[in-house]
Amino acid sequence: MDFPVLLTILLAPLVASLVIMFIPKEENILIKSIAAAGMFVSLALSLYAYFAYNQDIGGLQFVFGHEMPWIKDLGVTFFLAVDGISLPMLLLTNLIGFSAIFASWNINNRPKEFFILLLMLIAGVMGTFIAHDLFIFLLFYEVVVIPIYILVIIWGSSKRVTKEYAGMKLTMYLLIGSGFLLVGVIALFIKTTAIAGHPDMSFTGMAMAAQQLGRFDQIWLFALMLFGFGSLISMWPFHSWSPDGYAGAPTAVSMIHAGVLKKIGGYGLIKIAVYMLPLGASFFAPYMAVLGVIGVAYAAMGAMAQKDLKYVVGYSSVSHMGYVILAVACMNVIGINGAVANMFAHGVMAALFFSMIGFIYEKTHTRWIPDMGGLARQTPRLAVGFMLAALASLGLPGLVSFIPEFTIFVASFEVYGGVAVIGIAGIIITALYVLRAGANTLFGPPRPEYDHLEDIKGPEMVPLVVLGTVLVVGGCLPSLLFDMINSGVVPLHAAISDALQLGGKF
Amino acid sequence: MPADMFALTLPFDPSALTLEMLMAGLAMLVLILGIIVPKGARHGLGWVSLLGILGIMAVAVSLWGEKRELLNGMYLLDNYALFWKITFMTAAALVILGCMRFVDNMGNQAEYYSLTLFATLGMMVMASAGDFITFYLGLELMTLSFVILVCFRKTDAKSVEAGIKYLLLAGMSSAVLLYGLTLIYGLTGSITILEIGRIIAMQPLSPALVLAVVLVIAGLGFKVSAVPFHMWSPDVYEGAPTPVTAYLAVGSKAASFAIILRLFVSGLPGIWENWAMVMAILAAVTIIVGNLVAIPQTNIKRMLAYSSIAQAGYILVGLVTATEAGIKGVMFYCFLYVFATMAAFVVATYYYNVSGSDELRDYAGLAQRSPLLAAVMLVALLSMAGIPPLAGFAGKFYLFSSIVGDFLWLVFVGLIMSMVSVYYYLRVALVMYRDDPVDATPISVSSPVAVTLVFATIATLVIGICPGPLSEVVNGAAHTFFLH
Repeated sequence: MDFPVLLTILLAPLVASLVIMFIPKEENILIKSIAAAGMFVSLALSLYAYFAYNQDIGGLQFVFGHEMPWIKDLGVTFFLAVDGISLPMLLLTNLIGFSAIFASWNINNRPKEFFILLLMLIAGVMGTFIAHDLFIFLLFYEVVVIPIYILVIIWGSSKRVTKEYAGMKLTMYLLIGSGFLLVGVIALFIKTTAIAGHPDMSFTGMAMAAQQLGRFDQIWLFALMLFGFGSLISMWPFHSWSPDGYAGAPTAVSMIHAGVLKKIGGYGLIKIAVYMLPLGASFFAPYMAVLGVIGVAYAAMGAMAQKDLKYVVGYSSVSHMGYVILAVACMNVIGINGAVANMFAHGVMAALFFSMIGFIYEKTHTRWIPDMGGLARQTPRLAVGFMLAALASLGLPGLVSFIPEFTIFVASFEVYGGVAVIGIAGIIITALYVLRAGANTLFGPPRPEYDHLEDIKGPEMVPLVVLGTVLVVGGCLPSLLFDMINSGVVPLHAAISDALQLGGKF
Repeated sequence: MPADMFALTLPFDPSALTLEMLMAGLAMLVLILGIIVPKGARHGLGWVSLLGILGIMAVAVSLWGEKRELLNGMYLLDNYALFWKITFMTAAALVILGCMRFVDNMGNQAEYYSLTLFATLGMMVMASAGDFITFYLGLELMTLSFVILVCFRKTDAKSVEAGIKYLLLAGMSSAVLLYGLTLIYGLTGSITILEIGRIIAMQPLSPALVLAVVLVIAGLGFKVSAVPFHMWSPDVYEGAPTPVTAYLAVGSKAASFAIILRLFVSGLPGIWENWAMVMAILAAVTIIVGNLVAIPQTNIKRMLAYSSIAQAGYILVGLVTATEAGIKGVMFYCFLYVFATMAAFVVATYYYNVSGSDELRDYAGLAQRSPLLAAVMLVALLSMAGIPPLAGFAGKFYLFSSIVGDFLWLVFVGLIMSMVSVYYYLRVALVMYRDDPVDATPISVSSPVAVTLVFATIATLVIGICPGPLSEVVNGAAHTFFLH
């Protein structure tokens, strides 16, 4: 048997958190170092997996545990595997997780508990991306909710909304969404078991049976999943948890939440909902496109009105996720490629944004844009990170998010025409609020009270270096990202269109 | 020949009653020991009861696979009954191990432990009951033992009040139940559940039978505290000594579900379709009311009481279809419910010993004073809420997948409300984890309690992460149910 790469990636943070449990809580630096070491192992291995993945063969690789029955009467196996769609997400999780550890380097209030919970959260998110079994996926999906809640209520900030409110809002939105999702999954399980004759919860096994379901069944099951995943990816009108939640959460949680956790929604939409229920998806695609476009425009305007930095980025992430939904709704190879790539790009960018805002807040104790003045003079390195993220957010060519957005525009214009134009226009509003926030925070008249501020240095530089590098490299060498995604999307799309043609005959 | 003569006069094999006889013997032994041993040594009675229960449990496990029917179906011993008996004894063992110090503080250990054992005996009889007399015998043995246990703190007005409330309401519900059983007897001329099933299957549905079934549902609904028969439980749960509350919440409920399944699925099989909707509505109302009313509670025991009402609602879901999958769901959920509830109540008991309060706000900073207590409480509550990877998730998955075909709306109600329940469970987490303690001295957890808590938590985790083995055992037990 080969070395279980995926299992090791999943377990490394958990082992680290287990080790931390037995360290006395005064050993501040040791705790942080172990957390960083755990994440480093995961990051290194997921980089290895990313580059060792054979794109010519494609399909599921690094398979683990598919012959290991987990719950026999539900047909659950502990099936871990990655393909071209999940690998970028896994890498993204590790990049952001690793950076998040360093973005939290200055946490000195109960650090032991903080890092234990943070590592559990990261492991949970990774689990959703490498699971190839619906039950295991759900397991990880809901597991992340509780650490987030505790992280928010203890280490969150109560600037505009109280952290208790923010934490509960986050949790309730996600759980109610997952409640509907769970109904859908249980119903899907019963129906596919009836078709296949035996229970099988692996993605591929379930999809084979689910694609044979009648149109009506597919439609209502897809509706449930759209609601569940849609509230996770902050699809309008289920988005309102997102700005409030990010504002209340501590930096690391905002990074992980906006960076990857949200993407579980888009990932699930593509790899579960659309893949398994193509007839339902094609029924809902136009509605999804409209909701996506409304999300883009509405949230971008919302972001314009904000004066709190975290709210700006919070709304902007809702807006960017609108593009992802629009792209998924295209249901063609280019669109889904763009959706996955945009999730990756936005993840890196949002995480960098939140980490920089976290440092600004830590140093100035405010996130209020008019109070900032010209931080670029006082903290130049911080300003570099901030502007890098800002420019990526408006899709500057040469940074990672340009090509994905361009791809989405091409695909959606082809399929939806006029509707897509509104979405594309959203980019203008984005430029407006992002540049304005940058200008008022960094390039205004410097304020004397911030003269003594120390620029980020040492461990604080890690998020900037890691995420900044990805932003630039991903922008200059887009094929690194796109070839990988394409190798996953093409077979997925082939399966969908087969099922659609088959369904068309009846 | 003399041997044959004997066989004629004793037409059953008393060895089928081994477990019950052992349990009765143990209960009396504890009572007698209580008189013999000096006051200072009565602490040991808890250990005697615990070891006794573990021994009887071992016997029960060794009987697994046996299938006997005594006195024409009056008493049934099968895997189904054995599974329930093991469940009750697990609960009893956990509550005895976890709450010894609390009992020592109350005094009268001999009476306390022996009544706990008698209550267990009552439950065990119920699980095996094949006819109305046996069923009622077990039920009353359990209920009367609980009445005394509830008002065990004689000097505490709340405890006595709770006891009287329980006595009156339990008496009334028993009367209602008996009336229903009498009507069934009148209609069928039999008190044996299996035979009633055969007779009813041939009869048309008469108004009298409808009335009888309504009365039986009401009587048993009281025992499982299904809405609208739940009014007693918050008051009684709050007033009773916490270990008793724990055992009442788990044992009495599980035993009632054991007999409900027997009665309705074996006894009223042909007419079940007519009742499915009634059960579904009962389950839905119980889930909704239990969860919603739990939200504003400020006392942890009252909150747990309402949450246990909601839990009863989830379990009722499995009764709706009365298929093997549903029965399996009920049994699976009851078993894991033991661990979660016991863990939560043992933490509450232990913390009461330290702080003298059951109010939620006094749990502030528990995570810093004792990470173990806080973590166990959190795990237990989240398991009740059905958050994976804890046992409650697997349990709900089984329960709700049994009804997804015909009662999809109930699946919605159940799953959405269980997400709502996270709201009040997380408030406990909020107080325990966010706030700083008023008195920061660490709480040292004595080793029996620590063992109980760790065991219950590990069980919750293991059943949640790897529900396969338990699910196979339960499948086997649920299967024998249909073989009579």
